Amino acid sequence: MANSQRYTREIPHRYRLEAQKFDCGYVTLPNRYICPCDCENRTKYEKITLKGTGTILSYTIIHIAADDYAKQSPFPVAIIETDEGARLTAQVVDCKNEDVKIGAKVELVFRKIMEEGHSGIINYAYKAKLV
Amino acid sequence: MRDVAIIGVGMTKFGELWDQNIRDMFAEAALKAMEDAGVKKLDAMYVGAMSSGLYTFQEHIASVMADYIGQVGIPSTRVESACASGGLAVKSAIIEVASGMSDIVLAGGVEKMWDADDGSMILATAADQEYEGFHGVTFPGLYAMMANAYMDRYGLTREELAQVPIKNHKHAINNPNAQYPFPLNLDGVLKSSMVADPLRLMDCSPITDGAAAVIVCPLDRAKEFTNKPIKVKGIGAATGPIALHDHKDLTRLDAVRLAGERAYKMAGVTKDDIDFVEVHDCFSIAEIIVAEELGFFGYGEAGKAIANGQGTYGGRIVINPSGGLKAKGHPVGATGTAQILEAVTQLRGDAGKRQVKDAKIGMTQNMGGSGGSSVVHILEAV
Repeated sequence: MANSQRYTREIPHRYRLEAQKFDCGYVTLPNRYICPCDCENRTKYEKITLKGTGTILSYTIIHIAADDYAKQSPFPVAIIETDEGARLTAQVVDCKNEDVKIGAKVELVFRKIMEEGHSGIINYAYKAKLV
Repeated sequence: MRDVAIIGVGMTKFGELWDQNIRDMFAEAALKAMEDAGVKKLDAMYVGAMSSGLYTFQEHIASVMADYIGQVGIPSTRVESACASGGLAVKSAIIEVASGMSDIVLAGGVEKMWDADDGSMILATAADQEYEGFHGVTFPGLYAMMANAYMDRYGLTREELAQVPIKNHKHAINNPNAQYPFPLNLDGVLKSSMVADPLRLMDCSPITDGAAAVIVCPLDRAKEFTNKPIKVKGIGAATGPIALHDHKDLTRLDAVRLAGERAYKMAGVTKDDIDFVEVHDCFSIAEIIVAEELGFFGYGEAGKAIANGQGTYGGRIVINPSGGLKAKGHPVGATGTAQILEAVTQLRGDAGKRQVKDAKIGMTQNMGGSGGSSVVHILEAV
């Protein structure tokens, strides 16, 4: 699958939460060449490292998953806004599914995402833990 | 730009078409559309398909289809915008005719979904693969997160949400091409299996095989082909953030609002002039948010209004007279084209028991991903 392409395994911000803060204040974890909002100085940014703490904006419990994730289901996934304002999607782990709520505080942790088949590579990235 | 008319339409039945492959389905729909218009030779064609490669291992399908509908030699172009591929194929055909480049152009959409392995993964390629799909989110999962955000903010209940598929199934009973033309009740929704909380199986549009096609030509030539030409009054298309988490407001679909505004402006009409609308109800919550973005209801109001009968015959506006994606079926690349076909059928007055009375102006809204793209057409009987 596309997830095992070499470049996706070497995206630094996926492992070290290296985000960008653009001149207008927009914070993005996926690194971009240009700010998505219609601001001045759209290519000017500073690099910041996210603290990894944030709040759940919405969530779901995935019951029917794609094959690579089927063994984990049902599992919670949430849209999180970090304290710096970056938005991301991540699984929520180490909790009961029913404890995941809108407004809950989380912290990002480094975890295994999935294995690609019997002999495929193992993918890692961030997941969220309730705090 | 020249005015453009739709002069022919055709589609396959939607459902599990085990004895037809992707080219059979496309050819059936396209040849029906050509017969309907009375044309034997096309100047150009557009083919909408989301993922013929992942679904059937066949790419280069613009040429495959030109070959199999007897049009080898003409220019043929594939259009891909996930589930909005069919609608954008029609838009491309309209622009080609409006520009004066060609006169008789076919736009068709097709998808062969039932024979695929791991369909959830294929559909998830329409999301942001690196930042959504990678984390295990499915398409129902994305719309479930919209639903939870919407229900949390506006107090929409689970029972009210269920009224969207119940209404669309009721409409589909009178559509002979629908995949699931049977009634659905509240228990049928609330006891169906959980897909992505709070969305259950009966909130979700199905896996569908099917194709649909339309023929467009300059409006001033339309009477050569049909007594009931349908004028393309307005078109609007837009993009939105590819990842749902980048939507400023998780209960909105900005691309739909922008596409709608552009189509209204080009057509010179307002929401009050629209007699019916075919919307992209890939999930129950999608119909609610789309109806708000197109201006038919205020933000936070469409769910309760549809539950109160405002989205069906006798209400404020008939939404999805065809049965919508939920009950008519959702062969992703064909859906946008099939919406246009339904609008043409209604505006011709040929919709039988599901006819919207005195329909003069109709709208279609097709959407890709979790609002990464949308295209809106406004059509008028002339």
